[in-house]
Order: sequence, then C-alpha cells, then structure tokens
Amino acid sequence: MKEFTYHKAHDVAGAVALLGADPEARFLGGGTNLVDLMKNGVERPARLIDVRDLPLDRIEPAEDGGLRIGATVTNSDLAAHPDVRRRYPALAQAVLAGASGQLRNMATVGGNLLQRTRCGYFTDVSRPCNKRRPGSGCPAVHGVHHNHAILGASEHCVAVHPSDMGVALAAFDAVVTYETADGPGRLPLADFYLPVGDTPHRETALPQGALITGVELPPVPVAAHSRYRKVRERASYAFAIGSVAAALDVRDGVVHDVRLAFGAVASRPWRARTAEQALTGARADADAFAAAADAELAEARPLPDNGYKVTLMRNLVVAVLTELAEEAAR
Amino acid sequence: MTTTTTRTPFRGRTGTAHTRVEGREKVTGAARYAGEIPFADLAHGWLVLSTVAHGRIRSIETEPVLAMPGVLAVLHHENAPRVNTDYVGMLGKPDPTLAVFQDDRVPHLGWPVALVVAETSEQAREAAEALVVHYDQEPHDIDFSPARTDTVPGEGYVPATTEKGDLEAELAASAFVVDAEYTTPEEHHSMMEPHAATARWDGGRLELVDSNQGAFWVVGELANLFSLDPASVRVVSEHVGGGFGSKGVRVHQVAAVMAATELQRPVCVVMTRRQMFYLTGYRSPTVQRVRLGADADGRLRALEHHSLSLTSPVHDFVESSTMPSRVMYDADAHHTAHRLVRLNVPTPTYMRAPGEAPGSFALECAIDELAEKAGLDPIELRLRNEPERGPVSGLPFGSRNLAACFREGARRFGWADRDPRPGVRREGRWLLGTGTAAGSFAAGAGPSTATVTAEADGTFTVRIGAADIGTGARTALTLIAADALEVPPERIRTHIGDSDFGPAMLAGGSRGTRSWGWAVQTAAAELRERLALGTDIPPEGITVRSDTTAAVGALAGKERHSYGAQFAEVAVDVATGEVRVRRMLGIFAAGTIVNPLTARSQLIGGMTWGISMALHEEAVRDKASGGLYGPDLAGYHVATHADVPFVEADWVDDHDPDDPIGIKGIGEVGIVGTAAAIANAVWHATGVRHRHLPIRPDRVLQAAAEVPHA
Repeated sequence: MKEFTYHKAHDVAGAVALLGADPEARFLGGGTNLVDLMKNGVERPARLIDVRDLPLDRIEPAEDGGLRIGATVTNSDLAAHPDVRRRYPALAQAVLAGASGQLRNMATVGGNLLQRTRCGYFTDVSRPCNKRRPGSGCPAVHGVHHNHAILGASEHCVAVHPSDMGVALAAFDAVVTYETADGPGRLPLADFYLPVGDTPHRETALPQGALITGVELPPVPVAAHSRYRKVRERASYAFAIGSVAAALDVRDGVVHDVRLAFGAVASRPWRARTAEQALTGARADADAFAAAADAELAEARPLPDNGYKVTLMRNLVVAVLTELAEEAAR
Repeated sequence: MTTTTTRTPFRGRTGTAHTRVEGREKVTGAARYAGEIPFADLAHGWLVLSTVAHGRIRSIETEPVLAMPGVLAVLHHENAPRVNTDYVGMLGKPDPTLAVFQDDRVPHLGWPVALVVAETSEQAREAAEALVVHYDQEPHDIDFSPARTDTVPGEGYVPATTEKGDLEAELAASAFVVDAEYTTPEEHHSMMEPHAATARWDGGRLELVDSNQGAFWVVGELANLFSLDPASVRVVSEHVGGGFGSKGVRVHQVAAVMAATELQRPVCVVMTRRQMFYLTGYRSPTVQRVRLGADADGRLRALEHHSLSLTSPVHDFVESSTMPSRVMYDADAHHTAHRLVRLNVPTPTYMRAPGEAPGSFALECAIDELAEKAGLDPIELRLRNEPERGPVSGLPFGSRNLAACFREGARRFGWADRDPRPGVRREGRWLLGTGTAAGSFAAGAGPSTATVTAEADGTFTVRIGAADIGTGARTALTLIAADALEVPPERIRTHIGDSDFGPAMLAGGSRGTRSWGWAVQTAAAELRERLALGTDIPPEGITVRSDTTAAVGALAGKERHSYGAQFAEVAVDVATGEVRVRRMLGIFAAGTIVNPLTARSQLIGGMTWGISMALHEEAVRDKASGGLYGPDLAGYHVATHADVPFVEADWVDDHDPDDPIGIKGIGEVGIVGTAAAIANAVWHATGVRHRHLPIRPDRVLQAAAEVPHA
C-alpha cells in the first residue's frame, strides 16, 4: 500500500483548499469504497482529506418545500429520517437495500454518488480497463459481463454504476450541490454523470477540485407513493443485477404522474423517461406497464451473457408498478 | 447402627451440551491467531503472483524494489533455497506448487514468482506490487468442457473406475430411464481467517507458528521439502479460523521458511483474500452425467455416474464426485468413472465433502427425476433401493441408519402432506416447493498419539496434536477425557495444535475428533486405572501415553459412513429469478454425538454451505487472461444471514460398535445432499429442473421463458 498523508478538514473552504493544492489528493468520506480501492491499488492517493467531520451532516427542509441532505449524512441516518421515509419512501428503501448495517453506518451521501463501479476488470490492476487506464481496452465486452450494462454503454466500457441510493435520487430529480475554490455550484443528477462514449474514465461533470456539499430533493408529491425493488444474487449484501425505483399516482384508473428509474443497467442511475412518457395518461394496468417497459428497453443493447437483464427489468417494472397501482386502488 | 456408603454413579458428559472451552478467549479477542502473534525482529514477506497464465519468467527487476524503504530481500527462482519434492507425505506425493521459486516456469495465473521481504507488512506489500516481472508468454488453455478429447482417467485417492454388469442391456430392459447432465462450478473454501505463518529458527530448530489442519502433517511436509530431521521442526497452530480442507501446506509456509533461513530472523507471510483464491486450493468444477434405469416398481437395474473435473498442469487432484453412487445405491449394472483434464489453472484440493458435495447434487437430483418418472414418492424410491452391502465393495455396512433419518425427517418436516405435483403452490409472487435428498460421508479413523497427565493438584492435562478448526474439537476431547477419567471437565486442560505432542491425525475427512478421541480415551482410561490403585502423584505428575496405530489398523473392512436426510422448502419468483430457501431440516445418523451444541452448529454450518452452493457460489474465470474474475468476497458470493432463514439439524440414535466411543464423524455430511434437496424443491415449486449450479436468477428467468407458467 502506497504511503499517504492524512488530514482532517474542519470547514468546507479548508477542505477545498487542501485538495486544490494537491492533484494526488482525495476526499475521504466513510472510506467504504476508497479504502478498498487503495488496497487493490486502483486508487493511489498521496494525501487523504477526511471530510467526515464537516458540518454537512444535516437533513433540513428546503425553501422550495423539498429536502436538503448534507453530503456527510450517513446512509443509516438518511434511511431513518422521518421526512425521507414519509415523503420519499423509495429513497429510504434503496439505501437500506445497499451494503450492510456496518457499511451504512460509515458510508456517506456524497461518497455514495462518487463510488466506483464494481466491474471485476476495473478492480484488478493487472487487467486492462479503459476507466482505470484510458486506452488500454475493455475486456468485459468479450469477457465476463454477466452483470454489465444493457443501456447507454459503449464499446469502450460496459460497467454499471453500483449505487442504489442514486437510482431513487434520479427518479426524484435530485440536484447535487458542490463547492469549489471559485465558489458553489449545482448539477441536476441527470447531468451529474457523463455519457460513457469514448471517455469512460471521466465519470462526472463535477469541476476539478469540487467537494460535494449535499443533495437537494425537490418537492415531488408522487414520491410519497414510491417503491424500490432490488434483485441480486443473494438476499442481502450484494450489488443489484437489476433494480427499479418507481413512484405512481393513479387517478380514475389512469396514470396521472409516474417516476421510474433503473439501477444496474447502465454507467449511471438510469432515468426511464421514455417509459414515463408512454405511461402518463395511459390506463394503469399490466399491459400498459409492460408496453412502457418495452419502450424504454427498446434501446437496450445486451451483450451475449446479460440479455436476461432485459427480461428482468421488464418484469420488475410490471411487478413494482402493479403493486403500487393495487395499493392506490385500495 | 449401620452406616452405608452410597457411591453416586458417574454421569458422563459425552452427549451433553457444553460451550467451547476456549469460547471466552475467542469472543473477547484474547485468542490470538497465527498472523497476529508478535516476535522480536519480525520481518514480513509478501508474495508476488504471476499475471500471465502460461509461460516463463524472462526477468525480474529486483534492483528498484531492493532500494525501496524497508525492503530486505527479494526471493525468486534464481536465488531461493532449493527444495526436495521427491517424497510421499501423509496425503501422498506433494503438489509441486509447494516448491516455490525453483524454476522459471509459469503453469497458471496466480503462480508464485517471488517473495518480497521488508521490515513492515505495508512496505513489503508496496514493494511486492511494484516488482516488475517480465514473462515470455505462451498460449494458455482453461477451457473446461465435456467435449474435450484430452481427458485422462482420474486416479486419485479412490480408483478412477468401477464397473459391474451390462449397463446398456439393463437400461434397455428398464421401465424408466433418466439420462441427464449436471454441472457444478469452481468453488472456494472462503474460511474467515486468511492463511498466515511465521517461520523462525530457534536454537537450531525450525519453528512455524501457523494456522493449519494438522501440525504434525505440516512438520512432515516441511521436513521433507527442506531435507530436515522431523525432530528439528516444530509447528504450532493453536487457533484456526476455518480450514475446510484448504489449510495444509501452502506456499506461504514454504516461502516463510525460505526467508527466515536466508535472513536468519523471523518472517511472517500472510495472504490477502485475493491471493487465497489462487494459492490455497479450491473445488474443481464438475460435469457429471448420470444414467439411471429402474423397474416399474422403482428398483434400480442400471446406475451410471461419470464425472469430469479439472486439475493443474503440475499435479493431479481428482474431485471424486461418483463416490455417492459407490455407497448409496446398488444396481444390476453399476458403472462409475472419474476423468480429469489438465488445464492452466491452480491445483484444486479437498474441500468440505470432497467428491460427495458435487456428486450428491447430480446423483440425488437424478434420483428425484426418476421418482417423478416412476410416479413414486422420492423417499419411497430411496427406501426401495437401500442396499444390503456396499454396491462396489461388497462389504457389509458398519451401521446404516439412512432409513431412520428419512422416517424421522419426513415426520418432522410434514412430508406426508406433500402434493407431489410441481408448480401448483403460489403465495403472492412466490411459487413454493419442497424437496429432499440423501447424503453420506465416509467414517474413518487415523492413527494418533496422546498423553494424559494427572497433576499433583488434582487436575489433568491432555496433550494431543489435534487441530480445532472451528469444529469444537478441543471441547469434545475435553469431554471425552473427562468421561474416561470420571472427573468433571472443569478439571481438565486440553492442549492441542503442537507437533511436539506427537503424531496425530489431521483435521480432515470427518476423522479428526474420532481419531483423536480414540487416543485420548485410551490414555485417559489407562491413567484412571493406574490412579485407582491409589498411587501418590509426584510433583511432575503421572503421564500415560497412547498410540492407536495398532487398534486402528486392526479395524475390520466395512462400509463405514455417516448418513443424512435433507429436506428443503423454497420460494421462487419466476418473474425476477429469485430463489429463497424458507426452511431446511437435516436429520443425521452420524454415530455418537459427543457435544450436541457444537455438533449441531457444525451440521447447520454444512447445510448453510449447501444453500450457498445451491444458490450462490461460483468462481468465474476470464478466458482471455486465464485468471479469476472478481476473486474476493464481494465478487464470490457466499450465503448471507438473510439467505439462511431457518435451518434445523438433528440426529437419530446411531453408534459405531467398532469405535470405543461410537463416534463416526460429522464434519462433511451436513453439506452432502443439501444442494440437491434445494434443486429438487425448485423443481417442485416451478416444474423446471435446474441441473446447473448455482441456481442463479438469470437461469431461473431463462427457464421461465422456456416453460411458461399459468
């Protein structure tokens, strides 16, 4: 393990200044991903700036009626917060579907957004990987890609984003706030993750040296009736092979409002806008749900060994929306 | 007036639940494991593994690494001490993989090519990861497939083939025939404690502080490898955080001895989880074909079981998957065969229930398929085929209480109420089903020695080179000694895990506690007789030593096995492919149970692993590199608590009359048949046979697409 220096930041400006001075520095949140990557040699920072004690650990009402979630709020605290559970249940469920209790006690909202793919080629420094070593190639395309992307990928990278939390945030139009040496900034989650294209090593639109300070959730009335369902290869403590965050408002048997996002299918949480458009104003029944899923998945480009994800996502969309519709009808 | 003296009869502790004698040390963290025992002047070695799957080492750039902070040495094929591999050890000829750094050949990815030694573990790791090794790469072959034409007979610790009767004729005459291929993937031991060892020279003796399954076994291997007098080698291994067949002699111990010899200071080598996936053995994948033919009443006329497994280019290890067929069922025509293919992969090894775990999956699923075809209850079919003698050996059975296991299991599981039709039970999004399977594992004993000392203060000390790899062996031996001495177990101290205590069986093959218990019981019983004479105990105590070599060697030839009946209830969501085990019951006939508390834990552990094997575990190889994809506990899934809702293990009365305590062994039988019971339950839930493990969501989805449900 490469030697590194460790600094504890006490205020946002100080943290940003410390990082800006050193291109080999990294912010350390809960460390649940970064430290693993350091052990495997994927990340080799010379300096760690611990941002865990920054005063960003609050969940507060926002002026627009939404919620402002600090970047150092832990996953456990986020999932347990009464406003989150009541107004955005899919978000609480998504967070609880991830990792283990111990990890959720450590992991932070800011770090969760920036966690790296668990692609086995990315985490093995002896193998090529365009994300880790640009231009070296992507062995997954012709290799092991059982749990790789079916949407939005490219020949240069087919890795999936591992976050559960991000899927719910994508469904609810979250906005990421950050601080740089030049002042604060905001990025809607839809623009936060960059398309893969031929630059899979460039993952986010965050400016160089930026520190995520929080996430803003706008008021989304339909989110109060939402659900997160995650399918994985064991009952707990595994990354998704497919997940859905869904919110549904049905009036007189017709879809009045719907939010839909997919996990484990793309390099980012996948907002299913095509399916949402197909559903809005449609009858809330299984046929319509299936047709909407098919519309979204029409652009899926499965690899030889992950075509099951198309079926899985279609079935998940139908199952989760049907559940939500049945509950609404009661 | 008369006085009567009543002597309370001694109540033995064997058969009574007892918490682990070292339990407090373990839960408080006071128990120290091999990698955390400090030594003055300790140096740390870090293994460097090849990143290519086949070829030769062209050069190693040691100079830059030797200049790094704290680095003391780089051992590799050009400077390492020479070792000897021309010997026969306790388990046969050694795997030449042990002879690290002897030449420039690289037969598989993850082959050890160097050891970097430094003052700290971190310095050693950083330097090891910076070491540049140049290879002349050659094409590699990791293609494991039944279509291969270069397979060879799998001669291992059991014969490659057994054959009696005319198979084709009996199949042709059968009313019902099953012909199916089953596969199991590469599986890894994944014990919690990584392999770790510290080697040092102390007054002319080599001492190894280690985590292993048999200290005396490791002494033998090291003495042979380094051409040392076994008396000049001592191996201690007090606490072991799991072994499952993987903790014998591995390259880290050999490399540590080399470095300690070269540097003349203690050297500790610990493996990372990723290194363990390459260096500590694993269970070979298997492709098994089973053909069964039965009369109209279900009696087997034909049984054929063929299994293909793989091994490395340097050493043959056979996964003896047809072993269950050689024990469980007889048939007029009975053919079994193991074949092997040598590929550019590490050598596989013994892993919990070697042979029986994957073999019982194939055989017991095929039996379930036959029951379906014959319209018979799967338990009834098995009971109709209970053999009188060993199907292959012709020997009588020691005690075979499989039928009792099924009767008791069926009663407790509620089997009588089962509707045999598949795919007809639904609860919300879940289809429900139940399944059963049989299992067995050979019961045996190995020669062991033990000493028991009566101390002057009225306590007793037991010393035996046993290994407690989490089984509770230390506690069981304490109870056995207490009963033989007729004293409470609190008066006994049991020391294990030290080769200086003399030759002893290793912890393997479900034979540890039986073998050691025999030696401890023999010594303790003799000591009690001597004390009964009223001898004064001198300050150094009175010690009796036992050696069971002659007694074990005199055992008559019999089919000796532990048995189990496994029952599972599963729920399957065919829309998402999720399979959840709802409950499991295992009823075992496994001889005298010494300590019900730890025995139940061990059986449940085996069944839990069976769930893991059925649904989760699978190491995946990358064809391009020849290495493993995601070889760590994030990428290699073992069952979590949420996957294991309700597992119950119990046993019926059983006794091996040829063992002084009646022990048979429970180490492996818990996992045997579990995966088959689950696969059979998945069929009962969905109507689809899953013949390939693990039963992953994508496989269930694929099957659902092919066989649509109402």
